[in-house]
Amino acid sequence: MAFATRTDAARAGGMLTPAYVWLAAAIFLPLSAMLFFSMLSAAPFVSSDWRFTTANYAAFFSRSLYPYLLARSLGLSAIVTALCVLIGYPCAYVLARQIRGRSREALFLLIILPFWSNSLVRIFSWAIVLRGNGFLEVAINAVLPFPVSLSLMFSFTAIVIGLVHSYLPYVVLTSYLALQAIDDSLVEAARSLGAPFRTILWRILLPLSLPGLVAGAVLIFVPVAGSFMEARILGGRAGTLYGTVIEDQFVAVFNWPLGAALSFILLAVVFVILGVASPVLRRAR
Amino acid sequence: MRLITRQTALAAVGAVMLCGSLAFADAAEIRVLNWQGYGTDESFAVDAFAKKTGNTVVHDYFTSEQEMLTKLRTNPGAYDVVLVNSAFVKQAKDEGLIAKIDTSDMPNVKDLSPNLGKEPNLVVGGDTYGVAWTWGVTSLTVNKDKVSPLPTSLAVLWDPQYAGKVSIRDDGIEAIQFAALATGQDINDPKDLDAIKAKLKALMPQVKAFWGSENDWNQFFSAGDFYVSTYWSGGAGRSIAKGLPLKFIVPTEGAVGWLDSLAIPTASKNQAAARAFINYMIDPEFYVQWAAKGSPMSANAKAAAALPDTSFNKVTLGDPAVVARVHFVKPLSEDTRKKYLELWQDMKARQ
Repeated sequence: MAFATRTDAARAGGMLTPAYVWLAAAIFLPLSAMLFFSMLSAAPFVSSDWRFTTANYAAFFSRSLYPYLLARSLGLSAIVTALCVLIGYPCAYVLARQIRGRSREALFLLIILPFWSNSLVRIFSWAIVLRGNGFLEVAINAVLPFPVSLSLMFSFTAIVIGLVHSYLPYVVLTSYLALQAIDDSLVEAARSLGAPFRTILWRILLPLSLPGLVAGAVLIFVPVAGSFMEARILGGRAGTLYGTVIEDQFVAVFNWPLGAALSFILLAVVFVILGVASPVLRRAR
Repeated sequence: MRLITRQTALAAVGAVMLCGSLAFADAAEIRVLNWQGYGTDESFAVDAFAKKTGNTVVHDYFTSEQEMLTKLRTNPGAYDVVLVNSAFVKQAKDEGLIAKIDTSDMPNVKDLSPNLGKEPNLVVGGDTYGVAWTWGVTSLTVNKDKVSPLPTSLAVLWDPQYAGKVSIRDDGIEAIQFAALATGQDINDPKDLDAIKAKLKALMPQVKAFWGSENDWNQFFSAGDFYVSTYWSGGAGRSIAKGLPLKFIVPTEGAVGWLDSLAIPTASKNQAAARAFINYMIDPEFYVQWAAKGSPMSANAKAAAALPDTSFNKVTLGDPAVVARVHFVKPLSEDTRKKYLELWQDMKARQ
């Protein structure tokens, strides 16, 4: 670390300590406890007869169900991330570069608003909207002359809709910040040299805002891979995912060691994916 | 009017029988271990029992069967009456936690429905270890506005007419029990698991969503997400009270039942008073008052008969022929539980 003087270093230390103490207590300790659990034969509060074992990790490979569901969850993650980027990036572009003044604040508020409500409330409101004979179907049938039957509720599509809605603000916020920081004179220079919008987007805006876009995508991809609540409520019988199986281990079966091991395997797979993608991410920066 | 006189008459008979048999032998403090808010701690009952016998009743509660067993193991002598689900009676007896009950001074025991009072989980080799108290079933429920004629068989769950309009609870053990009933097997020890797997595989495309809680069930039912479903008898009674158009049916194949019993810990020092309390708990006088506040079905046939003719419990579970079709759940070994869970997970993940 390069600090000008010792007092600067001390001051920085003083300001960083609370955050790092908090991180250590809130993330590192529980995570270590889970790592410990994942290597036990039984949770100590269930049975006094426990020992160390790797059987929980072996269980992942001994049943084809777990890899299958992990692939399914990662696929869902990829779909949700792609949709969020496709919807969120244009939205962030318009907000950051087309609209000025108070209307921008108002529109921004509309994007952040969902964040202020509890995620469970958001998912349950989707359940009301998507349900057969629900809000959406009634509204569409009121407008269209012929009857339309939507049965979106309790399907994979419903899970995707719920997740995209929940996570869209991440990609909008990160892309917005990156797009806003781009110097207007670059775009003006390109335009004065006759570049069409397509070229400006491809050669200037996208490369310069890519770090923000990628950060948003990563913020979405990782939690969606482990999501379970949306699938439980909106998925119906299509709602079995890697996350719901982990939840079952903790809530229904009380097999904490297996649940913890499955969680760490997910963590490892996500790290591998990010590792493979890191050359791309680094170039983006 | 006739109803009231009959209730009063029964109450009087109950009171006379209790006083006659026990008549304030010597006052004791009975310590009861039960789920909170589950009958024994109704204040009217505690007061009435104290007035009759002079015995006071105090309560301690558990929040799981395991906690109940642990409390019995670690506090010998602390309890005089304990609620034990019939599936756990054998374990508690084998560990020496609960004692053989001499029912000769408990006049209400003879009124228990035979297949509840003499249930093999409770009565082992002629010795009673748990006195059957309350019971209920998980069975078939249909939306009576949408399903006609009303079905009498579980086969309606597999009826293509109701494809996408079926729900079952998200519970592997229960799913396997229903598939066992549908394939004519013993719910506690199905021999042909392949037949059960095939039956469940055929059920999956019929299912719209799995329900988890009573609240889920009410929501899905109200929204028309399903017309045919499995459900708890207690929940069905409450949903009908809310005005939902449902019919609870115990099909010809049978239904999955649970049975709660009252037992006396081996280490109890007030066994006579404990027997008097259990006798009062299965008394029609107590039950009719409790039922008015919402209770499960009584194991005492006379108490069940004393219910108003319109009550859900009497209409649905009052018929002895229905009682005879109920299969009571036995405890599962850890290995079987795990096997069932894996079967269920595979079934749900790959449809």
